[in-house]
Amino acid sequence: MAQMNLLQAINNALDIAMADNDRALCFGEDVGHFGGVFRATSGLQDKYGKDRCFNTPLTEQGIIGFANGLAAQGSVPIAEIQFADYIFPAFDQIVNESAKFRYRSGNEFDVGNLTIRSPYGGGIAGGLYHSQSPEAYFTHTPGLKVVVPRNPYQAKGLLLASIRDDNPVIFFEPKRLYRASTGEVPEEDYQLPLGKADVVTTGDDITLLAWGAQMEIMEKAAEMASADGISCEVIDLRSILPWDVETIANSVTKTGRLVISHEAPVTSGFAGEIAATIQQECFLHLESPIERVCGLDTPYPLAQEKEYIPDHLKVYEAIKRSINY
Amino acid sequence: MPRKAYNKENVMNTEIYNEGPVVHKPVFIDGHSVEIPILKVLQQDGTLYPGAELPEIDQELATKVYKTLAFHRVLDERMVAAQRQGRVSFYMAALGEEATSVGGAAALKDQDMIMAQYREQGALMFRGFSTEQFMNQMFSNEKDLGKGRQMPIHYGSNELNYMTISSPLGTQIPQASGYAYGQKLQGLDAVTICYFGEGAASEGDFHAGLNMAAVHKAPVIFFCRNNGYAISTPSDEQYVGNGIASRGVGYGIKTIRIDGNDILAVMKAVQLAREYALKESAPVIIEAMSYRLGAHSTSDDPSGYRTREEEAKWQAHDPILRMKNWMLAQKWWDETQEETLFEGLREEVLAAVKVAEKIDKPELQEMVNDVYDVPPKHLQDQLDALAEHIKKYPDAYPVTSGRL
Repeated sequence: MAQMNLLQAINNALDIAMADNDRALCFGEDVGHFGGVFRATSGLQDKYGKDRCFNTPLTEQGIIGFANGLAAQGSVPIAEIQFADYIFPAFDQIVNESAKFRYRSGNEFDVGNLTIRSPYGGGIAGGLYHSQSPEAYFTHTPGLKVVVPRNPYQAKGLLLASIRDDNPVIFFEPKRLYRASTGEVPEEDYQLPLGKADVVTTGDDITLLAWGAQMEIMEKAAEMASADGISCEVIDLRSILPWDVETIANSVTKTGRLVISHEAPVTSGFAGEIAATIQQECFLHLESPIERVCGLDTPYPLAQEKEYIPDHLKVYEAIKRSINY
Repeated sequence: MPRKAYNKENVMNTEIYNEGPVVHKPVFIDGHSVEIPILKVLQQDGTLYPGAELPEIDQELATKVYKTLAFHRVLDERMVAAQRQGRVSFYMAALGEEATSVGGAAALKDQDMIMAQYREQGALMFRGFSTEQFMNQMFSNEKDLGKGRQMPIHYGSNELNYMTISSPLGTQIPQASGYAYGQKLQGLDAVTICYFGEGAASEGDFHAGLNMAAVHKAPVIFFCRNNGYAISTPSDEQYVGNGIASRGVGYGIKTIRIDGNDILAVMKAVQLAREYALKESAPVIIEAMSYRLGAHSTSDDPSGYRTREEEAKWQAHDPILRMKNWMLAQKWWDETQEETLFEGLREEVLAAVKVAEKIDKPELQEMVNDVYDVPPKHLQDQLDALAEHIKKYPDAYPVTSGRL
């Protein structure tokens, strides 16, 4: 085991993936010699050469189009979009191409080797265009997998699984935690399962569900609730698409209460989808309405960032509302 | 991590700007200042232009190319008619442009990837996609390689290195750059050819794809079929520059413009482009000037946006007749062979239509297969619920209800 922050864990996963398979490539804006603006690809060009780790021109649709072609050819592209806020020029390549490549060809061709990495989320004074959490857009597209890790251990295992999964995966990295989140990470190769939620803390009174950077906020709120004698079951969804209905439904069947939280705006956010499914699966077990603690339906603000964020206090209030319903 | 000294490769490349003269009063260069030659090898009467260089071609290859062109023409005629009769929902003919796709494939090797737009069925024909396979795709039956999921003419074949067609325009352009880059890294004797029209060249993916290929030195042949129209929009409402070829210069890409109705010019250009792309590990762009003699698709009627006179002018440049004239002059072909060939093809296509339209549509399970490598639980659940519903109302879902 080694002490790593989330960036180092990602860098380590990429290193392992590239050493393990000489057809794996990392590329994106500033990804080459510089190692990415967050340094996630640091040292990879030196180690694997300019052919396999390189800068691209500033063209997100070009990066993902190029990656789709590489994946169809049998290479293993790991493409970086510098900020999730800038993924939208590539939306067509992702939604109409990556996601449908296998289906439309009757499995004559596929881009299952494709992985797209992108830092997402706020809390870093990034304003409108360095803070967004666009995961819900992609969950509306069959054919994609969407994965978000919460800490260095999860990041390494989930990223390696994403790279080796035979489907295109969008891997959103919580950039607020890049250096803030540290922990013990095995130095060897390991994978964590996609499509499986992780029960972080077991509890009896209420289920708290989130993913990525929002997990530490859920845990903080659970601690506050615990002081009030409320026992929270905290679950990390990890895979947003496809998502682990069973684990969540089992938990809510037990607790009867659910709070879901994400940074993205509440309307059409993924919490809505979860709430709809869980009310169907657990209708007779629910003791109170499912609570959503999310971003407001505004662009991501700068000066009022603290007010906007679905922080632990807002989650704590939602827990109390649910318990006292 | 210690900061490394920049090596020469990282130094900003400004030398390329220094070839021009330095001036001290402003001098604008004109947007049309690049003069672009156009390659023409074969004249309409079947004779070569004086001094014209032939592609590598012998009687065997020429006969295969000509027979492919003939099949193309017959298939298009018959399928447009079949659409009019309501037998298929949709069709796209390539009338007048057949030389660009057939000639391109004929100049490549079988291991080269073809990434087409949608009007390049000729390339697939040349590779050996059978009449039956064309029909199965167009009738969306259970023998279609694409499992009946896409509209007619969205062909694809892994075996024949012909990437499945995608309706969104231009998306194949950056993909071709990536595909070719992968071929290069593996050290393969293979390139990628990427077809698109002058309309699709207005998409952002065109810029993205060409620039990516140029910067990363991908052995891809960008083949623009400039056929004058994007559905109803004439090319003079699409761009004002000197065609699409002039853009190659901006990306630093080796560029050639050719007569797209001249099969020998197409083959010559693609043969040389392939050689260059492989040897130099670099892209090439070919702009083939042609004309879409038919409608955009069976859902389109060109009489609303162009004149019969304009069409007649281009009918005189029929690329298939031009090749036939050359074949006759070479004594590689005669009118008896011509008659037998076309008659046989018409019968073959008609017979294939009758077979394919009777084959069942794919089973219900195919609706959820291939969304992922294996259908996830939620998809299988959705399918199971749908199957139960269909069993309840079988008459409303005749395509699948009989096989549940």
